[in-house]
Amino acid sequence: MIFDIASETLPREELEALQLRRLQALVERVYHLVPFYRRRLDEAGVKPEDVRSLGDLERLPFTTKQDIRDNYPFGLFAVPMEQIVRIHASSGTTGKPTPVAYTQRDLNTWSDLMARTLSACGVHRGDIVHIAYGYGLFTGGLGFHYGVERLGAAVIPVSGGQTRRQVMLIQDFGPTVLCCTPSFALYLAEVAQEMGVDFKNTKLRVGIFGAEPWSEAMRSEIEARLHLDALDIYGLSEIIGPGVAVECIEAKHGLHLFEDHFLPEIIDPVTLKPLPPGELGELVITTLTKEAFPLLRYRTRDITAIDYAPCICGRTLARIRRIQGRSDDMLIIRGVNVFPSQIESVLMEIPGVAPHYQLIVDRQGALDTLEVAVEVDEATFSDEVKGLQALARRIESRIKDYLSVSVTVRLVEPRSIPRSEGKAQRVVDKRKLSA
Amino acid sequence: MKVEQISVFLENKAGRLAEVTRVLGEAGVNIRALSLADTTDFGILRLIVDNYALAREVLKSKGFTVGKTEVVAIEVPDRPGGLASVLDILAKAGINVEYMYAFVQHSGKNAVIIFRFDNLDEAIALLQQAGIHIYKGEEVYKL
Ligand SMILES: [Zn+2]
Repeated sequence: MIFDIASETLPREELEALQLRRLQALVERVYHLVPFYRRRLDEAGVKPEDVRSLGDLERLPFTTKQDIRDNYPFGLFAVPMEQIVRIHASSGTTGKPTPVAYTQRDLNTWSDLMARTLSACGVHRGDIVHIAYGYGLFTGGLGFHYGVERLGAAVIPVSGGQTRRQVMLIQDFGPTVLCCTPSFALYLAEVAQEMGVDFKNTKLRVGIFGAEPWSEAMRSEIEARLHLDALDIYGLSEIIGPGVAVECIEAKHGLHLFEDHFLPEIIDPVTLKPLPPGELGELVITTLTKEAFPLLRYRTRDITAIDYAPCICGRTLARIRRIQGRSDDMLIIRGVNVFPSQIESVLMEIPGVAPHYQLIVDRQGALDTLEVAVEVDEATFSDEVKGLQALARRIESRIKDYLSVSVTVRLVEPRSIPRSEGKAQRVVDKRKLSA
Repeated sequence: MKVEQISVFLENKAGRLAEVTRVLGEAGVNIRALSLADTTDFGILRLIVDNYALAREVLKSKGFTVGKTEVVAIEVPDRPGGLASVLDILAKAGINVEYMYAFVQHSGKNAVIIFRFDNLDEAIALLQQAGIHIYKGEEVYKL
């Protein structure tokens, strides 16, 4: 079901005309209302009237998380406090949260976008939606909550924690839809198993998972253990919260980005130049309709690729690939951009290969070298030298096929890859040490 | 007729082999035979021990990757050409020797050699027909 059939199936030309009108209005507005943007636009030598086509987007300055921090707390708000009806915040790694604001119209837009999101996942009136995203400053819980109400389905605002009680509620209240992080979904499955509860006997049909990166392998595992269709949702509080992009249940292949409200670009995180469709790069979003907290060319740091091909569901909205990693993690090996997550997904496709690996980047003469240390476990172990060497060569050729970069695979003992705080240190860049 | 061999994946780092023998020694496991196949990056340690299950358990608990392979222990006459006569029989039948190594201890006058074949059952049948003595697992663990 398409919630807003007119907006979600606009022919590309009409969509672009709408985007341009909204972009022009946005630049006009922030130039006059937010001193930060006026300064940045003046520095870039761009006046609002210079935006004549979507191609002019490239001339506009980027906005980063650091810019938001520099204007803490409310310096980037574009309306007076009398018009603001809600403030959320994401937890900052530096101690201070990143606050974001909404006018009543922003909340209405957000609710509509979340209703579209739920609808794309096959949720409808009559469904019971169990929301286990946290309620509070975090946008997850309330974002979903208002979307479910807007759609007209029943909401159970469970929020996070008390996992055993959540399993009980799933059994007793019979929700048909589960919304939470993918890792919490798997944790629920574990706890349910301990409690002797089989998800096969619950009414759950659809799961909408996001707020952290996950993989296709994790999707298979969640679907097998929870007996539901698991769909990926993307959003970030700076842009609006959940409701930026979502997979449709028909294709389950890429997340439709609500382009009539969010103008996407994919850029090379080093050169900052736009990349053609299909190429992996950093997602940049311009909010076209937000009133309280608009953002011009916001660098999300999330790595994905965009696909404008039509989708079987009927939506004309472009699709972004599942988030592949963070741009801060990108490595440049002999001129090729490589993300650790790409290596990880190649490794995970090889049966028996444990997802424990480490990338060691070095430079021999003028050439960058990339060594992939892979832990050998019982599934891949062979007691013959040629068996293990064949495994190493197989991994090397797979990586070469997928990433067009030559690597050397070194087999190492289990647990020999150093782990800090339970998480493996994935990259050792020796070039930085010697440079 | 088959003998259980435990194999251990080792990185080519100083002290790893010593660590394996130390772990087994502390658990009271006796090593009957051993061979190390190594490359510049890694090695595969193959062991015949008196208690396979215990060896496997203690090595795994120390984080080693271990595997189990079935091999054959053959009594080879300890005289010139003794080994060649055994290898001849196998070569004629087209059976490949993946690897072999000698037992430390002798059995009387003869040597005991561990073989890994690509076709274990066929090799055993063939050698038995030729009158060559193959040890039973229990015999080997106690040698
Ligand atoms: Zn679709």
